[in-house]
Amino acid sequence: MAEIRLQQLAHSYHNNPDSESDYALKTCDYLWEDGGAYALLGPSGCGKTTLLKIISGLLQPSQGKVLFDGVDVTAQSPRQRNIAQVFQFPVIYDAMSVYDNLAFPLRNRKLAAAAIDRRVQEVAEMLDLQANLKQRARGLSADLKQMISLGRGLVREDVSAILFDEPLTVIDPHLKFTLRRKLKQVHERYRHTLIYVTHDQGEALTFADQVAVMSEGTILQVGTPQQLFEKPVHRFLGHFIGSPGMNFLDCQVRQDEVVIDGHLMDGHPLRLADGIARRAGALTGRLELGVRPEFVRLCASAETNTVPVSVQEVQDLGNYQLVNVQCGKHMLKVKVVEAQDVQIGAAWLQFPADMTRLYNNGHLVE
Amino acid sequence: MNKIQNNKAWFLVLPVLLLVAFSAIIPLMTVVNYSVQDIFGPENRLWVGSEWFKEILADERLHGAFGRQLLFSALILLIEVPLGIAIALCMPVKGRWVSVCLILLALPLLVPFNVVGTIWQLFSRVDIGLGGRIIDALGFDYNYTASSFDAWITVLVMDVWHWTSLLVLLCYAGLLAIPEAYYQAASIDGASRWSVFRHIQLPRLANVLVIGVLLRFMDSFMIYAEPFVLTGGGPGNATTFLSQYLTTMAVGQFDLGPAAAFSLIYFLVILLSCWLFYTAVDHGSR
Repeated sequence: MAEIRLQQLAHSYHNNPDSESDYALKTCDYLWEDGGAYALLGPSGCGKTTLLKIISGLLQPSQGKVLFDGVDVTAQSPRQRNIAQVFQFPVIYDAMSVYDNLAFPLRNRKLAAAAIDRRVQEVAEMLDLQANLKQRARGLSADLKQMISLGRGLVREDVSAILFDEPLTVIDPHLKFTLRRKLKQVHERYRHTLIYVTHDQGEALTFADQVAVMSEGTILQVGTPQQLFEKPVHRFLGHFIGSPGMNFLDCQVRQDEVVIDGHLMDGHPLRLADGIARRAGALTGRLELGVRPEFVRLCASAETNTVPVSVQEVQDLGNYQLVNVQCGKHMLKVKVVEAQDVQIGAAWLQFPADMTRLYNNGHLVE
Repeated sequence: MNKIQNNKAWFLVLPVLLLVAFSAIIPLMTVVNYSVQDIFGPENRLWVGSEWFKEILADERLHGAFGRQLLFSALILLIEVPLGIAIALCMPVKGRWVSVCLILLALPLLVPFNVVGTIWQLFSRVDIGLGGRIIDALGFDYNYTASSFDAWITVLVMDVWHWTSLLVLLCYAGLLAIPEAYYQAASIDGASRWSVFRHIQLPRLANVLVIGVLLRFMDSFMIYAEPFVLTGGGPGNATTFLSQYLTTMAVGQFDLGPAAAFSLIYFLVILLSCWLFYTAVDHGSR
């Protein structure tokens, strides 16, 4: 178990990268604390697998260092780093039995037979593989094969960290839930440092204590699921996390208030928390308000911090209503509880001051 | 809807039936014809039943040729399969050397069989051949026309030169088909180079190796042109394999009856080994 630190790390698959866009992973510094459960979330091709391979030692970074507990391991092989990794598609040794598959990483490290047996039985019990231990791994279903891969990742007690590269891609949806819970239990029991790569926000947010969101080779934000949801630091995160994503509206600052669409909503200025509007007054470039569909409130009459809108469409999604409203020249999505009666036509939309964010050229104004 | 009852579609099979008849059944029946009769001329023949078969099965020289044939096939499999795997493992995976290696390897496969025999016949001669002279100069008493051991070595080396490439190419293709993730997983599991070979590469090569072994066994079991040109079966009968013995019997001595019986047995032996092989593989994969 170890704390993993990345120092000035960057990677390019080109031999002579000359522009920023040649880098699959742009320069970053980051610390994964010992014993934490982390998720690395991002769309396909954002560099998360590259980052994972650099941590495990399968890939040498173009620049920068990887430190485990303060020791520079950049030049070490995966074996020396004592890391475990589970891949997207099941990798099993198909000529061996399930038992031998699970025992393989331990046998390679010359453990005593009794110790190996104890660990294999323990892992098999954890993953419900006891009944299959004697079977040949070849003919098993994709689910079971991935369980074996998972088991091989968990079987060593002394690993520095366990890395998961979208391990649940091939698993049945109903099993995914069980497995995710298993992984959480395993983490609570052994306190390994876990890093879990995924493009599925649901998976990331339920699995991890800390989620790092990546886009185009950069880690944009690291935080708890709640922080990512309530205070995304970049426009990308607003869109990427949550379903539907954040609403964005062009706006202008007037002293310590904000006006949507410049003069269109002149009579209805909005207040933001903590004097953010005042600070944004000095900024140049595009200013946008960002607010989640969950946090805006649809009202029948004018209240504090409301603007007039027109309700265009109401979709009943069973547990809530998704309402499309027009506000100035923008279309917004609003989540409304089932009990509230929503009519097409004129209404008022309330922007809670503490849940409405201001973005300057895509970056959060704080 | 009424199902139309019509068996005319069977006529569509007719062309294939005719083709198979002309390409396989009729020639084979000719051989069967000769194997059960003693034919002196178109109007002069005698039914002999299984006599030729009995005669040929008791033929000591045939036993000898059969034994040498089995030994030859076994030896070249023992040499070519491991050698093919070893060379395939050493091949570059990318870069310009890949095509260079592939072309070099494919060359022996493109040489006609008779030419292979001629090349090695000249190459191995002690008086004018490069190989023969070198071995001689190194102090070995080498002469493939006089010593049966030397003749065997030469025939084996010739076959290895000619056919190992086939196994290399098959194994190389098999190795390239192994996903990168397997090597990464092995490296993370701390597997040694030998473990990677034993537990990842070899099991994943099994399928191509089966095809390779089958092809090489069949081909070597029917080998004719190369040893015929190189040693002519000699010295003595030392390198006379089944095909050559058959030719001597049928063309040289014109013993058509025994030769036909021999051909049928030869054919059945190959068919049988094919079937045994297939069953073993099929059984093993389950």
